[in-house]
Amino acid sequence: MLKINNLHVKLEEEEKVILKGVDLEVPAGAVHAIMGPNGSGKSTLSYVLSGRDGYEVTEGAATLEGTDLLDLDPEERAAAGLFLAFQYPVEIPGVGNMTFLRTALNAQRKARGEEEMSAADFLKFVREKAKSLKIDADMLKRPVNVGFSGGEKKRNEILQMAMLEPKMCILDETDSGLDVDAMRLVSEGVNALRDEGRSFLVITHYQRLLDHIQPDVVHIMADGRIVKSGGPDLALEVENNGYAGILGEMA
Amino acid sequence: MALASPSADATTARVAALSLPESGVWAAQARRDALDRLAAMGLPKRRDEYWRFTRPDDFNAPVAPAAAVFKTDEAPVFGEIDRLRIVFRDGVFDAEASDDLTGEGLEIERLATAAAQDIHWAKDVYGVLEARGQEPVARPFAAMNTAFASDGVVIRATGKVSRPVNLTYLHEDTTSDAILHFVIKVETGAELTVLENGPAAARFNKCMEVEVADGGTFHHVRAQGRDHERRAVTHIFARLGEESVFKSFTLTVNGVMTRNEAVIELTGDNAVAHVAGAALGDGDFHHDDTVFVTHDAVNCESRQVFKKVLRNGAIGTFQGKILVKEDAQKTDGYQLSQALLLDNDAQFLAKPELEIYADDVACSHGSTTGAIDEEALFYLRSRGVPETEAQDLLVLAFLAEAIDEIESEEIGEDILSRLSAWLVRHRK
Repeated sequence: MLKINNLHVKLEEEEKVILKGVDLEVPAGAVHAIMGPNGSGKSTLSYVLSGRDGYEVTEGAATLEGTDLLDLDPEERAAAGLFLAFQYPVEIPGVGNMTFLRTALNAQRKARGEEEMSAADFLKFVREKAKSLKIDADMLKRPVNVGFSGGEKKRNEILQMAMLEPKMCILDETDSGLDVDAMRLVSEGVNALRDEGRSFLVITHYQRLLDHIQPDVVHIMADGRIVKSGGPDLALEVENNGYAGILGEMA
Repeated sequence: MALASPSADATTARVAALSLPESGVWAAQARRDALDRLAAMGLPKRRDEYWRFTRPDDFNAPVAPAAAVFKTDEAPVFGEIDRLRIVFRDGVFDAEASDDLTGEGLEIERLATAAAQDIHWAKDVYGVLEARGQEPVARPFAAMNTAFASDGVVIRATGKVSRPVNLTYLHEDTTSDAILHFVIKVETGAELTVLENGPAAARFNKCMEVEVADGGTFHHVRAQGRDHERRAVTHIFARLGEESVFKSFTLTVNGVMTRNEAVIELTGDNAVAHVAGAALGDGDFHHDDTVFVTHDAVNCESRQVFKKVLRNGAIGTFQGKILVKEDAQKTDGYQLSQALLLDNDAQFLAKPELEIYADDVACSHGSTTGAIDEEALFYLRSRGVPETEAQDLLVLAFLAEAIDEIESEEIGEDILSRLSAWLVRHRK
């Protein structure tokens, strides 16, 4: 599904290299996790994949089902099936959540040459998805993420994911700022979307989220590279020994 | 070094090109008084404090600069709304194109008809509110309007009028120079909505005086848009009685030079006045909102919400003042002026002012200038919304607070659809 080869990325505005040759392959239906200390480049990887400005790819490639992602605009990546659940979902005053969801859904459909969803079908669809994430009518009516609690914002991200039905979901520290109950709710939302044709890349600092969303493979990222990969046990090792232990053992 | 010609000469030259319309006793007196006011204050000069941001040259010139007639296939705004149409063609009332000027709880007369009579209710309003609005700031083009207005209507609402009155302007002559004056009186407990749309003339001077009696409600929605070469100076003077409501919204797009002044006096306790505007300029566009709200009664509310979206050399200006007189306790005053600059060529100039003499009031004001929020833009795009559409969505979101000031949902949606269409046409 997602293939990243030898990806090198620097900041556009300054001579700071952040990713120094990332290699990663997430097969269809798989859940991979990336863990790593602060500043290792995890969030940068998610931003570069989704097409945010400010980064320059100096070497390497990233493809989604064979399509070169790095050549596409962010909206084209979304239409191709990529979804990033933001670590800090953005507040957009003046744009209703419903309008936002419907515009996004229909824009993607249009880009893929599909028919737009009718207002009635959309309403039914959004209500059904919102219900399972305990998102009430009020949250749907309010402007996007404005006045939402941390948990509400993350649930809103998962709602968008559920509605847009992407093939490749990247979750950037979705557990940050969540209490235990919210984490369970968000994880259930993610698990409900697990599917043979859908892959996940879960970026997190902590093993706890991976108790809820069980990964097939865990990668450790440090200093702009993936330095170690393994099964779910690797996350436990991080929890017990810390990154210093694992990185020290490699040195 | 060439000196600007003395103001008195400029005023004389400007006035020489105009003629006082024939009127009956009261109207003739009102016109002469206005002419005296104009002579005393003179035309504005560029150094005048209230004309610092906007050059008065186009309005001062004795002959109107020519303006091309704009052709479009797009249906006019308010077209779907059941309304009473009053049509002016290059500043002249067109009876053929207008509806029958009658309605329940409604009295409408052409200005000339009202002015010809010896006694008329309009006498208490015509030129009266304008004259009151000349202090402390001179508004020469309003005085000029009262003196020389060649057409217009006087409207009196005596009950709750459900059908909006729509003043529609048509521009067909590239050199027309129109001066229109409207007098509106909303009697005790009455309700009236007035809509305005269409390009009026090559140059347009419009004055609207609105008296809202106790418990009366007046709604005003205006769309300025189709005259790309518009040069318009407009004034609204309003006086509000006890527990009355006045709400005015203006949408402005296109037009090379537009100055909209609103002068509102809250003279009865518990009155409410809202004045709002959304302006979009792309290229050769200068838009000026000049607002003066005077609180002269207890427990009144006033709200100013002005939003401008500018790019490609467009200039927006805002001069807004809230004056709270000594006895106007419990005043709730709010003023917001914001600009969204879509590139580095656009300019927004703002002068928010508060002058408060009462000690128990809540007044706030804010003025901001900013660019599109890149974070929000990326967020929308990451969800599959194309960049142009995402930008339009953010522009509409920025304008939402002003558009929300339109009371009628139907009219609000009409205005919104115009805005969206304009944005699509102006995509780069």
